[in-house]
Amino acid sequence: MTVTTAVLKSEWTKVRSVRSTVWTLASAFAVTVGLSAALCAVMNANFDQLSSRDQATFDATSISFAGMFLGQLAIIVFGVLVVGSEYSTGMIRTSLAAVPQRGTFLFCKMGVATVLALVTAMATSFSSFFCGQALLGSHRTTIGAPEVLRAVFGAGLYMTMLAIFAMGVAAMLRSPILALGVLMPFFFLVSTILANVPGAKEVARYFPDQAGSRVTRVVPSTAPYGPWEGFGIMGLWVVAALVGGYLVIRNRDA
Amino acid sequence: MIEAVGLTKVYGAKRAVDNLSFQVRPGAVTGFLGPNGSGKSTTMRMILGLDTPTAGRVTIGGCPFRELPNAPRQVGALLDAKAVHGGRSARQHLLCLAQLSGIPQRRVDEVLGVVGLQDVARRRSKGFSLGMGQRLGIAGALLGDPQVLLFDEPVNGLDPEGIHWIRNLMRKLASEGRTVFVSSHLMSEMALTADHLIVIGQGRLLADMSVKDFIAYNSAGFARVRTPDQQQGEKLAGRLAEIGGQVHLEQDGALRVTGVDLPRISNLAHELDVRLYELSPHQASLEEAYMRMTQMVVDYRSTDDPRAGLQQPVAGPAGGYPPGAPHPGQFPGHVPGQVPGQPPVPAQPYAGQVFAPPPGQPVPAAQGYPGTPPAAPPAMPPAAPPAAPGVPPAALTLSKNESES
Repeated sequence: MTVTTAVLKSEWTKVRSVRSTVWTLASAFAVTVGLSAALCAVMNANFDQLSSRDQATFDATSISFAGMFLGQLAIIVFGVLVVGSEYSTGMIRTSLAAVPQRGTFLFCKMGVATVLALVTAMATSFSSFFCGQALLGSHRTTIGAPEVLRAVFGAGLYMTMLAIFAMGVAAMLRSPILALGVLMPFFFLVSTILANVPGAKEVARYFPDQAGSRVTRVVPSTAPYGPWEGFGIMGLWVVAALVGGYLVIRNRDA
Repeated sequence: MIEAVGLTKVYGAKRAVDNLSFQVRPGAVTGFLGPNGSGKSTTMRMILGLDTPTAGRVTIGGCPFRELPNAPRQVGALLDAKAVHGGRSARQHLLCLAQLSGIPQRRVDEVLGVVGLQDVARRRSKGFSLGMGQRLGIAGALLGDPQVLLFDEPVNGLDPEGIHWIRNLMRKLASEGRTVFVSSHLMSEMALTADHLIVIGQGRLLADMSVKDFIAYNSAGFARVRTPDQQQGEKLAGRLAEIGGQVHLEQDGALRVTGVDLPRISNLAHELDVRLYELSPHQASLEEAYMRMTQMVVDYRSTDDPRAGLQQPVAGPAGGYPPGAPHPGQFPGHVPGQVPGQPPVPAQPYAGQVFAPPPGQPVPAAQGYPGTPPAAPPAMPPAAPPAAPGVPPAALTLSKNESES
């Protein structure tokens, strides 16, 4: 048995033997689907009061992922805890004493968590889409409409990428408290606020969440990149976080 | 076999481990002793490849840990009993460690039985006591049936039954030909468990020798002499001092004499017409020898607690020792013996130091003649309770120690 399969097996045991896994993933699903459904219902009821410009750019697909702005926080918590709890509990020393190949250890751990995040995120995006469309009444779109499947699929990928980004940041900061303290305000407040400030907007649209969420929209935005280009920008952020996390675990004393 | 060569670890300005070289051989329990903060855990972490040495190297069977193939099957370690995810059950904690090295699940239940945790195996380890945590950590170390075992302070938090158990376990592991390396700050514990001792202080090697040699070299003997009254005592003490003996008055009026053997004391007493009520040989305990060796290198030294802020401004003697007062447990002018035939060690900061506190400084309870009970760590944290007024400090508690040697 190679080291990789052994570590993957062990990490699978680790991730499913703590309660935080179920709680964070379940709340990412419930919050996203529930909040999106509620917003779709509200939107359906108030559609006539929207300005004609808003009506013209109405994105029935995107609105069914509206709950993701809150649900993504849960998936970030999941990513942070998977990696960060090793440090907060001191388990990292036990783990690295058993697997001296630190890169293998980190990437196997992230791999297992990524698969879980991907399954959850896909279930979330598809459920969120179908629930939302059902509540949008006459304003709904269908999965068969142009670009819609890409957006639904993209929403699942977007949440997964956020989880990986969170894991990379947690590996760099080596503390769940610190990682959450950085990521939570950033994604919940800083990024959203800056995206609405005229001057800062040009910079903020290259933030991982702003760029990545482009893929979840069907109606084109004013951003200077397309859906997959935006997703690619997010990918660069994720790669940077992974490289940073790898360098830290490889070089720092555990 | 663990081999360290010139091992050094520097954190900022602090040299946690300083040019440490030693070998840990198979088939014996090797005790790794040092006061708190002397670099034991850092050394352990470097052996396991968790910390990178600033200089030097440490190998296991000739190979650095991080290059060992399937390390958990060769080396088992207990570093920190609390280094487990509290939300995971004991069994699942061990299971994920087992899976890391392809150890069958069956083995997890075996080691749970070995450490006596089978009944709580499915409980989350958050609720474990420190002793249960230690047992879980030991189970993790035994999992791969490794030839090399490292235990960092394994007896912490264990009850007497548990201490007895781990002592026997380590001796059994060593008798099977394994390399067992155990750190502790308790000399008394190591005297009972270890075959060989490596003593460090402030990251430097102080001693590397068998327990038998350590005892032989370091436990100085003394005689206890009691006379019917103080006058006769002073007469004898004066004469003993003249011929080069060191005499120290104990709390109960007895004399503690070093440097003069028992027949000679008896003869002198006879010549002086002094009646002896007691003349008994004593061995200073190993704990004392260890503290003498490390007292110059303890990082965290307790000071006397004057409790000035708590005292009412009333007339009468204050509690605690008056600063600067002679300490009854102190050996005046005692010089710790340079050990004959001791293997050359790189640094002996204690050698040649006069065994007395700097003048004008209050004598902490753990200093002076080292005679704290074996259970107490050599250096108490500053919050340690001071000796209560009127309670004889070192000299009397010493007698409890003598059985240790």
